[in-house]
Amino acid sequence: MSRDAILPVRGLGDRLTGLFWRHPGLMVALMLALPLGWLVLVYLGSLAALLVQSFFSIDEFSGLIRREFTLSTYAELLRAQNLDIILRTVTMAAAVTLGCAVIGFPIAYFAARYARGGWKALFYLGVMLPLWSSYLVKVYAWKLILAREGIITWATGATGTTPVLEAVLAIPVIGGVSLSTSYIGTWSVFVYVWLPYMILPMQAALERVPNSMLEASADLGASRWQTFRTVVFPLALPGIIAGSIFTFSLTMGDYIIPQIVGSSRRFIGQAVYQLQGTAGNIPLAAAFAVVPIVIMVIYLTIARRKGAFDAL
Amino acid sequence: MTSAVEFINVSRHFGPVRAVDGVDLTIPEGAFFAMLGPSGSGKTTCLRLISGFEAPTGGAIRIFGQDVSAVPPNRRNVNTVFQDYALFPHMSVRENVAYGLQMRGVGRRLREARADELLEMVKLAGYGDRKPGALSGGQRQRVALARALINEPRVLLLDEPLGALDLKLREAMQDELKALQARLKITFVFVTHDQGEALSMADTIAVFSEGKIAQIGTPSDIYDRPQTRFVADFVGSSNVLSPDQARAVGGPARWCSLRPEALRLVAAGGKIAGQVQALRYLGAGTRVVVGTPGGEMTALLPAGGAVPAPGTPVALDWDANALHVMEGEA
Repeated sequence: MSRDAILPVRGLGDRLTGLFWRHPGLMVALMLALPLGWLVLVYLGSLAALLVQSFFSIDEFSGLIRREFTLSTYAELLRAQNLDIILRTVTMAAAVTLGCAVIGFPIAYFAARYARGGWKALFYLGVMLPLWSSYLVKVYAWKLILAREGIITWATGATGTTPVLEAVLAIPVIGGVSLSTSYIGTWSVFVYVWLPYMILPMQAALERVPNSMLEASADLGASRWQTFRTVVFPLALPGIIAGSIFTFSLTMGDYIIPQIVGSSRRFIGQAVYQLQGTAGNIPLAAAFAVVPIVIMVIYLTIARRKGAFDAL
Repeated sequence: MTSAVEFINVSRHFGPVRAVDGVDLTIPEGAFFAMLGPSGSGKTTCLRLISGFEAPTGGAIRIFGQDVSAVPPNRRNVNTVFQDYALFPHMSVRENVAYGLQMRGVGRRLREARADELLEMVKLAGYGDRKPGALSGGQRQRVALARALINEPRVLLLDEPLGALDLKLREAMQDELKALQARLKITFVFVTHDQGEALSMADTIAVFSEGKIAQIGTPSDIYDRPQTRFVADFVGSSNVLSPDQARAVGGPARWCSLRPEALRLVAAGGKIAGQVQALRYLGAGTRVVVGTPGGEMTALLPAGGAVPAPGTPVALDWDANALHVMEGEA
């Protein structure tokens, strides 16, 4: 055992530890260099490129991109058929977000407040398991479930509830010939696919609410509903917002689900896919792609104004 | 005098764990009642049984004569100051304090005016617009107190109310709580593991041990006349003498206790001879551990006197009436 006041350097590890100890900023700089480089160059760079493209326009005769600043591409977004696409997508994204929040909340609440040990493991497994299989496989599986010749039609026939299914399909706008070609079907698949992204942040937010806070609310005379409204919900709100950022933006950008489970009515993702592919209209595709970004910024600004992040 | 809280053979078992085991207890109206005990002794569970966060697995609980077994916490006219204060972080201090009235449907203007009054009472006037996160520990404690008092509860429960405060603040809050209780005349029930806090604040103390009440009485009952070895040791670290030891020093053949401050060190004679083993300087006095043939004994010497060095042979003496017989020990 050495009796010196200073212990000998054992190797490179000790040397580096000493270096970082003397220059605390160095470690942070090294840690951030790679991700920051990625974020700025690849991520924000491509975003900037996108933004720039959206201010170009396409020459209608030659089909070539005119690299001059113009707002005409954005003006084109305001045409009735394009506005329809935007409105449809935003409505769907909002409906999916709401659906995920309503279905996900009890699950997240159970996991955060009641599940312990094995139950908690089961919760994580249950929520994450769908993410282990391919997204495409899940969507096609849902097509089989929802199709006219699919499981649901068969099940309603077997249980004599066909009239219920027919009544649901007869609802104007969201109904249709079959579930797999209706908005109901598209919505169901969206909700299924994005649900984990809503549950996990919600559960994390609820987990941070100490039990004593719920007890304090009850102690001061609040009913369960009042406690939910005035304490649980506001404290879970940052988590719900975080989840809704996922569900909202993922729905707005998706072009596969509405194509496989849905009608011919297009969503933003499909429009972008077709415009940059077959139509070759990159500026309009870029302008379409900017729409979800703008909507998210507006959404988050409103959320912040309303105090959604006060509990952070 | 009516009893504010009554426990009749109350038990709360968690599976095989008997957190509270057959407790009988009466807390008179207007009392400043302390539940004292080490952690895991059942005192906090008793408090939660009163507030309604735990339901008894046996027995009955009455609050002002009414059986509350089937009454949920929100309908009990009892409020709690939580150990971690449990202030709502997303509400301002004023909204926190007004919460109880808000839940009763009192209009905003009225309840906020009342909240401001209470904030003034706990000396936090002008802090209403802040968020709890911007307050110090002592200030949060006061907010929690104001919030618990706004519904004018018949019983106020305090769970380790001063546990998170530093010494100076703790002493100041002890005085304030005592004054507040005297003024409001509400029954206060508080849980603590700090015997000094219980002795200085409460007018009645229940000492808990392993889910049962070891002794209940006034602070001087508990301190001067402990009935069991546990109470003697837990409240003020008395010297405990076995029946044989007690007889050897001229007492009855019963379990006895001897307060450290009742012991004197004398050069010769005395009731028992020994040798100084260790010293602990406490500022206001010095604790001297003396090894005797029957085991270690502790004496508390007042400051200013001579303190023998470790190793010095000494004799211990005390007044005959200082030897207290513990009735609770067979």
